[in-house]
Amino acid sequence: MTTYIIRRLLYCVPIVFGVLLLTFVLFVVIGGDISIEIAGKGASQETIDEIREEYGLNEPLFLGWDSQFINHFKNALTFDFGRARDRELVIDKIKRGVGPSLALTVPMFFAVVVIAVSLSLVIAFVHGSMWDIFAVVVCIAGMSVPFLSFILFGQYFLAYKWGLFPIFFSSDLTMAQNVALPVLIGVAAGLGGNVRFYRTVMLDEMGRDYVRTAFAKGLSARRVLFKHVLKNALIPIITRMAMAIPFLFLGSLLLERFFGIPGLGYLMVEAIGARDYSVISAMTYISAIFFVVFNLITDICYSLVDPRVSLE
Amino acid sequence: MSERKQIIETRRPPKGRSLWKDAAGRLRRRKPAMVCLGVVIAYFLLAGSIHVGEFFDLKVGPTLWAEQVGRSYAPPSSKNVLGTDIFGQSVLRKTLYGAKISITVALCASLISIAIGVPLGAVAGYFRGFVDEVIVWLYSTLSSVPYILLILAFAVVLRDKTLFGYKVTGITAVYLAIGLTSWVGICRLVRGEIIKHKDREYVMAAVSYGCSRRRIIFRHLMPNVLHIVIIDFSLRFVAFVHAEVILSFLGLGESDRPSWGAMINDARMELSRGVWWQMAAATAAVFFFSLALNIFGDALRDSLDPKLRIQ
Repeated sequence: MTTYIIRRLLYCVPIVFGVLLLTFVLFVVIGGDISIEIAGKGASQETIDEIREEYGLNEPLFLGWDSQFINHFKNALTFDFGRARDRELVIDKIKRGVGPSLALTVPMFFAVVVIAVSLSLVIAFVHGSMWDIFAVVVCIAGMSVPFLSFILFGQYFLAYKWGLFPIFFSSDLTMAQNVALPVLIGVAAGLGGNVRFYRTVMLDEMGRDYVRTAFAKGLSARRVLFKHVLKNALIPIITRMAMAIPFLFLGSLLLERFFGIPGLGYLMVEAIGARDYSVISAMTYISAIFFVVFNLITDICYSLVDPRVSLE
Repeated sequence: MSERKQIIETRRPPKGRSLWKDAAGRLRRRKPAMVCLGVVIAYFLLAGSIHVGEFFDLKVGPTLWAEQVGRSYAPPSSKNVLGTDIFGQSVLRKTLYGAKISITVALCASLISIAIGVPLGAVAGYFRGFVDEVIVWLYSTLSSVPYILLILAFAVVLRDKTLFGYKVTGITAVYLAIGLTSWVGICRLVRGEIIKHKDREYVMAAVSYGCSRRRIIFRHLMPNVLHIVIIDFSLRFVAFVHAEVILSFLGLGESDRPSWGAMINDARMELSRGVWWQMAAATAAVFFFSLALNIFGDALRDSLDPKLRIQ
């Protein structure tokens, strides 16, 4: 067991290295010298030189102990991402954004899972009927509407026209009031794909022998569905949930942008507008770290639960 | 004599149908899928004909999208079926023109991701060992960054950069960003399939003939995993169209020509004034294309790979 955990930990090292290499190549090698852009139009040579000095752009790219390559790694591993365009520390910005982002994504995530799993159980039960076909078509239709349209029409009708929700984030309201509509829209948009996925999972289980036995014993449909099928279908459901959890920290780019929720998605959109490489690079790195760590935890949990799992 | 001949005739094994013919037959029996295929082909023809029209500088409908056809924000009427936008340009023409941008982007991105993912997956799956480890490391790295963040990072950095003496502008940055980041899925699929196939008898036979490794991978193994590439291509195309809409919306796409994402971006301010037609037109355009491609892609998967069939 201990060897498994140690080996699994060592396996993370090349991935983190790879992500750092990727951000280095993208933002330093291809991105290039952005000092003139940061300084703005009509800046003096002195200002540009100062900026170059601060961002370490005068150092050599690869060779030497003080090269940009080494510095990039050093900064990332100590979570020191420098300052954003508005002179605030990038790491402070990110810390501030996590709260609102989670307030939006966590309820959205659990609502989608609960609703989608229950719906898919019902659909799996009427499998093969007209209702089943209807449900699948509705799911595919829901997946085909662009996410942006969900947001725009939702905001326009539910908030602007009928006044059911606040249109825009405001610090006077409670967080629950602020995120109610974004959560609702996110759930509506995410339901199609999720119901379809869970339906396939449920149908896989419905075909098993134990289901036939349970029905043959004379158990009610509700009992078979919720006691037997659901329990056995939990493994793929939990796998899918575990994969999605690290992404919750990212927030939702578009929902936060439209409702003015000051989370990480909003931060990201702002950074794209300003071409603020330090923020985008830091976000890429941190989200990758989250992903790697959560993967590690789920893998270890799996190996604790299921002794057959081992690292090849 | 004739009887014996007949016996020989009947003993001859029935002529087998190839995978492709078999799949085509199965597809043809599914009427909804064929309708969807028609819709998809119509979109592709539209995009293609706009390319041709622009190339020869023809003055027809969509290529004249910049022309002012009425007053600003005219609602839909018999003259302008889908109304006009802020500059009095026809929304119908803009929507049709948007098909060209979206489909070009999705097609180029798909081709890039296939060109990277398929050979890498095949090589990794066939040779295993060190090569495999490097390629797996490469795609594990890419897939540990959230997809949308990765595309955005690539699009932001590549935009308005000069690479190898070629200036990356507008939609080129978009399809490069999507293509360079989304080969992971197909690479993983092809690798897994090649690993499954490489110990089969037909590969052993090819090895014993003395075929070169390149020939084994590309002439013997490739045709047997091609259906996976095609299925993945058809289902991923939808995701690319949606990604293009989001990137254009965030201002990373084509800036001076109409696209569906840019139209939705314009509509953000218009909706509160009751101008819904531009929004509705762009949404409908994306909706019908993805609906048709989704349904057709599922049918294609069921026909080409019966083992994968979802009930």
